[in-house]
Amino acid sequence: MTSKIEESYVHRRLEAHRPLTAKHVFLQWEWLLVLIFVGVLVMNTMLSPYFLNITSLRDATMVFLDKSFIVFPMAFIMIMKEIDISVGSTVALSSVGMATAYNVFGLPMEAAIVVCLVVGALCGLFNGFLITKFPELSAVIVTLATMILYRGIAYIILEDQASGNFPEWFGFFGWGYVYGVPFILIVFVGIAIAFGLLLHKTTFGRKVFAIGHNDVTSKFSGVNVKKTKLIVYTLAGLMAAVTAVFLASRMGSTRPNIANAYELDVIAMAALGGISTAGGKGRLIGTVIAIFIVGYLQYGLGLINIPSQTLMIVIGALLLFAVVVPKIKDLRKS
Amino acid sequence: MKKFLMLLVMSALFLSILAGCTQGNTSGTTKNTDTEKAEKEDVNGEPLKHAFIFKNTGNPYGEKMMQGFEEAIKESGGEAILRAPDQPTAEAQIQIIEQLITQKVDSITLSGNDPDALQPALKKAMDSGIKVLSTDSAVNAKSRTTHVNQADPEAIGRIQIEAISEMIGGKGQIAVLSATSQATNQNLWIEYMQKELEKDEYKGLELVKIAYGDDLRDKSVSETEALLKTYPDLKGIIAPTTVGIAAAGKVLTDKNLAGKVALTGLGLPSEMASYIENGVCPWMYLWNPIDVGYAAGYTAVELVNGEITGEVGDKFEAGRTGEKVVVEDGDGTQIMLGEPFKFDKGNIAEWKEVY
Repeated sequence: MTSKIEESYVHRRLEAHRPLTAKHVFLQWEWLLVLIFVGVLVMNTMLSPYFLNITSLRDATMVFLDKSFIVFPMAFIMIMKEIDISVGSTVALSSVGMATAYNVFGLPMEAAIVVCLVVGALCGLFNGFLITKFPELSAVIVTLATMILYRGIAYIILEDQASGNFPEWFGFFGWGYVYGVPFILIVFVGIAIAFGLLLHKTTFGRKVFAIGHNDVTSKFSGVNVKKTKLIVYTLAGLMAAVTAVFLASRMGSTRPNIANAYELDVIAMAALGGISTAGGKGRLIGTVIAIFIVGYLQYGLGLINIPSQTLMIVIGALLLFAVVVPKIKDLRKS
Repeated sequence: MKKFLMLLVMSALFLSILAGCTQGNTSGTTKNTDTEKAEKEDVNGEPLKHAFIFKNTGNPYGEKMMQGFEEAIKESGGEAILRAPDQPTAEAQIQIIEQLITQKVDSITLSGNDPDALQPALKKAMDSGIKVLSTDSAVNAKSRTTHVNQADPEAIGRIQIEAISEMIGGKGQIAVLSATSQATNQNLWIEYMQKELEKDEYKGLELVKIAYGDDLRDKSVSETEALLKTYPDLKGIIAPTTVGIAAAGKVLTDKNLAGKVALTGLGLPSEMASYIENGVCPWMYLWNPIDVGYAAGYTAVELVNGEITGEVGDKFEAGRTGEKVVVEDGDGTQIMLGEPFKFDKGNIAEWKEVY
């Protein structure tokens, strides 16, 4: 038996490269998520006879994956102890930019998609610029301002009207299959792997963690904090634009009020995925499982026609569970 | 191991809460297996499932329509599924449509949040054999089999202009307070109002502004206040939406403008009774939303049974609302329910109890 002090010291020292004992593997947050995920699947199967078949499970991903692209950069931002609540408005503005490029300026659809991605990235870059330029302002306030600003610009451009008439092939993004697999799912897997490697296998990812632990020491250790933040916020804008492409494709048109309150869903998924709001902690695989938990939970409850207000209660309870449970573990430790 | 066990217990607890939640709240669907009409069943011997999607939750007008729809479906021996997203957006309705396709419902009736954005989702539904129709707020002709229209839009536009003209003596500035700028139904009615205003007899009327209250109470209130400030000579307001007219009624009452600024439009009798009685709104119009939902329910049933196909000239008996005929509507077809009904001081006391 080692003493308490020694134990916590050893624990802290080893946290960087965790020993993979059976106990540790099982106690990881991701396993709990897997457990919840299986629970959701079992519950849905018991509640609805239509849930458990390949077509249903496959088509459900087309419903809930659109906003999931933003969860990854949001995880990066939250690991850096910050937040971006303007992503929903960025989705709206970039999709409006795409529709305007196509319908007003007569650009080909391919170019309009590029415009969409550029607008999204610029929105993110602007957020990053403000946050790094004025570090005394909190990210919540800055992105709250740009949230209203971006949505407002979208309203001014389209004047509360819808804009669509995109070419037929554009519908493929939201509705198409490749050998029976939804296109959106393939893109999702690709982007998830890319972000996973970026966070866990590159020096850039280690810088993100370092900033989350302590941005002042990171700065004095030679990490370019400003540059890292700029890149991460730009990525968030870019992924919001990817969401915009899929959403506009699904609806065949866009309007300034789309993606309302998406930022809340995105933050909820990241938090449920074990990304600590206190910064410095989290693994991307957890967010992937969380996306599927929330997605299939909503879809399954929709299949038995739960009123949408009740659905909000369920998601809220799940999130509360996610943020409270780790605290209970900490309580027992102390 | 203790911690692990505790996590297990916690998650089991949570899941059981979830399960409890779901069992307590299936009130959205109404099974009706014990009625005598067991003949209207699908191949598996289960009752036919008819779904209704409204614009958003918490709208009294939508709840009345759902009530009528459910009534019609029950009479046919089917099962009614009533859904509405928490936000009045097209993407939220698409999600619900996907879920209904997976449930293999037999028909989907909806009040669309956007005329065009739902097209891919509704096409997918129709391709998988589901009958799709819109009511209240139409979706475009390619995304539906037919549309159940509350009343002739031309008549709705015309009578409101007639009313306001009579109220203010045929002379002065008027304004329109509408719902959202994307609402298919309101936009059509306003178009007919503008056409009506071109007639010689309305030369004295000047339409100064079309304001959008978005069917939100607070925005409608501030839009009304803005109208009164911007146009001090304003003589009348037409609000062709139940949320808008109630908000305008409140503002005019608070500012003591009864007799100075006239108000008319489309309103729910239960919400408007006090403003009709205090003279702010001399009279207004509406149809019975319960009847609209009821007729839409019967149309859905007849489409699924194959009695009608939604082609021009189809006729069917829509329960207590009588015989209905499918007529032309632009590129598509529609079913019209008749003239809007007038509510004034004489009959409001009786109708405010009904809806």
